[in-house]
Amino acid sequence: MPPKTMYEKVWDQHVVKEMPDGLTVLYIDVHLIHEVTSPQAFEGLRTAGRKLRRPDLTYATMDHNVPTTDRSLPMTDEIARLQVDMLARNCAEFGVPLYDLDSPRNGIVHVIGPELGITQPGRTMVCGDSHTSTHGAFGALAFGIGTSEVEHVMATQCLLQKRSRTFEIRVDGVLCEGVTAKDIILNIIRRTGTAGGTGTVIEYAGSTIRGLSMDERMTICNMSIELGARAGLIAPDDTTFEYLAGREFAPEGEAFDRAVAEWRTLATDDGAEFDERLALKADEIVPQVSWGTNPGMVTDVTGVVPDPARMDSENDRRAAEKALSYMALEPNTSITEIEIDRVFIGSCTNSRLSDLRAAADVIKGRRVSPRVTALVVPGSHAVKRQAEAEGLDRVFLEAGFEWREAGCSMCLGMNPDILQPGERCASTSNRNFEGRQGRNGRTHLVSPAMAAAAAVAGHFVDVRDW
Amino acid sequence: MAEPFTTHTGLAVPLDRINVDTDQIIPKQFLKRIERTGFGQFLFYDWRFTGDGLPARGFVLNEDRYRDATILVTGDNFGCGSSREHAPWALQDYGFRVIIAPSFADIFYNNCFKNGLLPVVLPGDTVRRMLRNAAEQYPYSVSVDLERQVVIEPGGPSDPSGAPEPGGATGPNGSPEPGGPSHRFEVDPFLKHFIQEGLDEIGWTLQFEDDIAAYERTRSTG
Ligand code: SF4
Repeated sequence: MPPKTMYEKVWDQHVVKEMPDGLTVLYIDVHLIHEVTSPQAFEGLRTAGRKLRRPDLTYATMDHNVPTTDRSLPMTDEIARLQVDMLARNCAEFGVPLYDLDSPRNGIVHVIGPELGITQPGRTMVCGDSHTSTHGAFGALAFGIGTSEVEHVMATQCLLQKRSRTFEIRVDGVLCEGVTAKDIILNIIRRTGTAGGTGTVIEYAGSTIRGLSMDERMTICNMSIELGARAGLIAPDDTTFEYLAGREFAPEGEAFDRAVAEWRTLATDDGAEFDERLALKADEIVPQVSWGTNPGMVTDVTGVVPDPARMDSENDRRAAEKALSYMALEPNTSITEIEIDRVFIGSCTNSRLSDLRAAADVIKGRRVSPRVTALVVPGSHAVKRQAEAEGLDRVFLEAGFEWREAGCSMCLGMNPDILQPGERCASTSNRNFEGRQGRNGRTHLVSPAMAAAAAVAGHFVDVRDW
Repeated sequence: MAEPFTTHTGLAVPLDRINVDTDQIIPKQFLKRIERTGFGQFLFYDWRFTGDGLPARGFVLNEDRYRDATILVTGDNFGCGSSREHAPWALQDYGFRVIIAPSFADIFYNNCFKNGLLPVVLPGDTVRRMLRNAAEQYPYSVSVDLERQVVIEPGGPSDPSGAPEPGGATGPNGSPEPGGPSHRFEVDPFLKHFIQEGLDEIGWTLQFEDDIAAYERTRSTG
């Protein structure tokens, strides 16, 4: 047999039916749903008189528009509440387990899947959310789908797909102190642009990636969609298996050992071909800060805001001019001179325990700058509980951060946590599009440590000098 | 079920930007509806309206002459970002039937086909010319023939490039009608078939229900 990539192996194991032109009925092992992209899909099922085929493979949470303030109070946003209520009704009607706001398992869909052990190597997973790529950190083939496809998976437990092209991104070497997984992925997007991975499934490989924790691997895979890729994968290894052992939905005892033996076979075979390749050296990466209005508009913290006049391509120049005018930045300004008003630590990219620890380390014993309002939103109830058990909440509160309930929050600003027009935010989330965090809000994407340091300083600082 | 798409002729509006993301197409504050309809009023909301909810001057869709546009011509990587199907719903509900760009983001591209909205990929220099023509000529009415996989620009002397389309004519009031340069585009045969027939994809997959059940049996014993 010719050598295969991990993507091809997982794909081949899930083919229900393949048409001569390559169109494939692909089986889906796990379907995650949330309140925003599911109501129309449930309605579609009802209208067509269809059943939800496998409620036992479907898991629901509420995360996108939920308030992160006191949950005992009623939701003030009527329409958001309607969506949340609707999800509860739909889950009850179709028999789908729901981790609602009162559930100890509640949280951002891409945080709880791994945390509960639902995310496992070799599985196919989908969710009506583009950051489903997060789960690829475990060697699961996971991708975001639209609402019509959500309905399709509900009705058939399958998707119609064609094979994607493959893209290997290798990162080798040792990261400098203060440089994180977030900086790696921002640096990758900076190189490829936001469409550099379109039509591909990425496999991240190399010694640096092997050395990352599961939390860090999730940060990398999470942002695969920001370079346009369908999914991002990392081969499962001992780090993965250790993480999964003992989790609620993970196999136990002998079944776990059998699963591990199976999972070990998923790694890409020696000599397998990729359609595209990119290689990075870890020691060349420094902390990254986005300056523009897409996640490819990124530079080093030691650098300056680029000058559109010096860009080669007409497209890039015009996009950069628009971005700088939206961001209210002058070319050649030092990144460390950019003052900020808000800090957001959270989102499915960077709201896990190790992210909160990294941020807390930086601020311990210091105060948030008087010009800054800073917010920490843990990714799940479980993360929040663990962080509180370690006393991280005290560290944040004493430094002047707000400590909130779990949810997507200011990552997309569907709940009341939004930027005011003109406000500038250092954010650990994944998108800096115009208006993403609130109309005319200005977002700079950074790592948790960089965001925390900026909160204290009131402007960006190189966390390596901290 | 989506309306079938066969051919369409309509006025083209130029949205000369690259990397238009789904947060721009439909800002998240409008994602809270639980229906598939009614999103058109919120399309490009932050560009179309000022902070006070008044139409923003200078945004191309607010120009009178583009009021009846049904074809959007735009830049690279259109529809990047979130998987929200609200983006094609909003475009469609607003009245668009075709989006022409040099490239699209994957999820958005697929979502369009599920909603009778045809995304057409044409080479960058062709799109650049069409953007210019749509801004300078009026009415710039473009035809899209899905069966033959061609986009036909209006006839007239303005553009010598591209193959002239036989049978081109001038409209009754002397305005240029499609009949000018034509451009072939590629589309996956499966996606083409579905959007042409307005087929129910779920129904199509369910014809393999036995295969799905058989697959499930192999997995549950494994
Ligand atoms: S945290 Fe942000 S990116 Fe992640 S699922 Fe929520 S809204 Fe999407």
